[in-house]
Amino acid sequence: MGFIWFWLVAVMIVGYVVLDGFDLGVGVLHLFLVRNESERQAVLRSIGPVWDGNEVWLLAGGGTLYFAFPWLYASAFSGFYLPLMIVLWLLVLRGVSLELRNHIDVGVWRTLLDGLFGIASTLLTIFYGAALANVIRGVPLRADGYFFLPLWTNWQPGPQPGILDWYTVIGGLVALVALTLHGALWLSIKVSGDIELRARRIVNPLWSALLGLTIVSLIATVAVRPQMLQNYYHYPFTFIVTVGVVASLVAIRVWNQSGQPVKAFLASCAFLFFMLAGACWGLYPTLLPATTSSSLDITLDRAISGHHTLAVGLVWWLFGMALAVAYVVFVYVRFRGKAELSH
Amino acid sequence: MSAEIIHRLHFAFTVTFHYLFPQLTMGLALLIVVLKTVALRTGSPDWDRASHFWGRIFGINFVFGVVTGIPMEFEFGTNWARFARLSGGVIGQPLAMEGVFSFFLESAFLGLFLYGGSRLSKRMHWFSAVMVFLGSWLSGFFIIVTDAWMQHPVAYAEVSGHYEVLSFWQLLLNPWGLFQYMHNMTGAVITGSFVMAAVGAFYLLEDRNRQFAQIFLKTSVVTGLIASMVIIFPTGDLHGKYVAHHQPAAMAGMEGVFKSETGASLVLMGQPNEETGEIDNPIVVNDVLSFLIYGTTKAEVTGLDRIPHDQWPTALPLLFYSYHIMAGLGTWFVLLMMVSAFLLWRGKLFSTHGVLWALLLSFPLPYIANTAGWMTAELGRQPWLIYGLMRTSAGYSSMVSAGNGLFTLLGFMGLYALLGLLFTVLMYREIDQGLEPRPAAAEPVHSAGM
Repeated sequence: MGFIWFWLVAVMIVGYVVLDGFDLGVGVLHLFLVRNESERQAVLRSIGPVWDGNEVWLLAGGGTLYFAFPWLYASAFSGFYLPLMIVLWLLVLRGVSLELRNHIDVGVWRTLLDGLFGIASTLLTIFYGAALANVIRGVPLRADGYFFLPLWTNWQPGPQPGILDWYTVIGGLVALVALTLHGALWLSIKVSGDIELRARRIVNPLWSALLGLTIVSLIATVAVRPQMLQNYYHYPFTFIVTVGVVASLVAIRVWNQSGQPVKAFLASCAFLFFMLAGACWGLYPTLLPATTSSSLDITLDRAISGHHTLAVGLVWWLFGMALAVAYVVFVYVRFRGKAELSH
Repeated sequence: MSAEIIHRLHFAFTVTFHYLFPQLTMGLALLIVVLKTVALRTGSPDWDRASHFWGRIFGINFVFGVVTGIPMEFEFGTNWARFARLSGGVIGQPLAMEGVFSFFLESAFLGLFLYGGSRLSKRMHWFSAVMVFLGSWLSGFFIIVTDAWMQHPVAYAEVSGHYEVLSFWQLLLNPWGLFQYMHNMTGAVITGSFVMAAVGAFYLLEDRNRQFAQIFLKTSVVTGLIASMVIIFPTGDLHGKYVAHHQPAAMAGMEGVFKSETGASLVLMGQPNEETGEIDNPIVVNDVLSFLIYGTTKAEVTGLDRIPHDQWPTALPLLFYSYHIMAGLGTWFVLLMMVSAFLLWRGKLFSTHGVLWALLLSFPLPYIANTAGWMTAELGRQPWLIYGLMRTSAGYSSMVSAGNGLFTLLGFMGLYALLGLLFTVLMYREIDQGLEPRPAAAEPVHSAGM
């Protein structure tokens, strides 16, 4: 049961990153990619009907985490208090500025709101990457199972780290570049004209940056937390995840060059999936490692809810998520095709 | 201030602000279905345009509800970690179900409803409205189930220091939750009706959009009259009796009953004085409270004197005022809607300016009543976080100091002040724009480099 719920929560996180990832990426990109108002409207219209549905994955994932692993939820959310509050504020600002700009047609206000939307999107991608890196690096858990992290200490991933250190900053940059690339690929599917060309052209430099950062981050991860490789050595066939990472990266490049944006976008989804699944597998069965002593790790067995809770949960979860996926597919099919430039 | 107080204010402030939006969207969702259904059955383009107008209002409120709702789910963990760890096995369940069952439904079909008009058939468009309604009402249900478990814990067992669900269906069908759900959703319909009526009255007083204003008023006065009666009887009545039975301290605080008595009198107004244990300046009606709770004027009502002082509701006067404000406004809603419905029936509502003014000015009142109702429920539960099981003082995050909590509380206050301002501007624009076709979107020209 623990194994199943570990991966169900992982699925929710991957779902969130893959889906909200592209609209965050579009938020970053539109800051410097669009040249006029009609292009900007087309770009924003490409995410208009779906962005709030994408954010639902965050809520549903948070709720699932809460009931499957209450201790992890309690400890991590109170321990990451300050950065989480900043994330919440950014989510509020981002959602409202996107909504508002569609209702206000005064140029200066729109420019201000667009800037806010772009900056909030950028900071969110960095925070998400840093958050994952924090989980991999571990946190200074105390004997009572709680911790509280300052924003930074000496920028070293030691036993008393901060939210930000050199390792988590790398994580933030990987997420920024990966999701911006993801957004560029989405745009090359959803918009047309000059803006589509620019979106496709920007893929190449982003891709090179992502390749470099991916290599650096994998090396850094092994350096910061060598235990991440244990499961892989134990089950060597799972190194297939690294093959998946490399293959999907190559596929993004190839399919983008050959003008097959849908395939390139799906390859980018696969890349995000392999990166996240690889990290989860490296951690398993630890949910949140302790930098203080590995005996204080929050592990699957210690944090999981009772059997009955989870058995009942499995029934409605599978049923509910099947419905949810059906809605999501339905909406994406209904809105398939290019978002029109406004007349 | 102590960390406990700050964490309580933190949750109370963010959830109160948040609930301003869902109470309208849940109420409007029903009204939009009514408008869409009439449009579909009669083929009337006016009713269809009316539903589009309210769809836009719904959309804005939905976005504000989403962005202020995300912090709510996080705050269980960030500010109430000890509570979350203890109770996640139980209330994590309805919270996760809300995300899985209602948010996906609501957001997917709202996207279709708002953006898909030209891509959908009429029937499909109507169907999206129904699904949005279903999603938003399900969402309310799961939240009420969560709160109901904190008010009246059922179907749980303590396993190695935390709570687990014993019966999934008993948790979902907690009687407390069912009463509270009916009462609460009726409250949301009242908010929706009063807002729709106010916009209709505004247009008639301004003498524009007349045919739409009449549609708004017909729909909202009929719905509003039904809802404002149902909220008192049976939903309020049932809920109140259940509270009196299971939370006598809350009921005593709400009604200001310091001394147990048979033939207890109902306090219409007054100020509870905790020091003397009396109501100052009371206006009372003899025997009525006993009758309302037990159906006979002779029954005994438990007063605070029978309840140990450390189990008294912690903010007694606030509880008393909240409850009385809610009940007083509820009376006004029935009166106003009865008069409006009578005039509507006689064909005079659209020209009776006095009543139109009253409808226009009354739109904030359901927001106040709903807020006061929730304050009654949550203050009445104090000093318990989970009634009888966990005290509020044992539930907040021990790792988050008072200073950090105050910092983020002030942050939210500033941010939400800004949101409130922006929301007001948006609503003003939408209502001012009315139902005239939009002027060809005036595109500002930014031509950097093109």
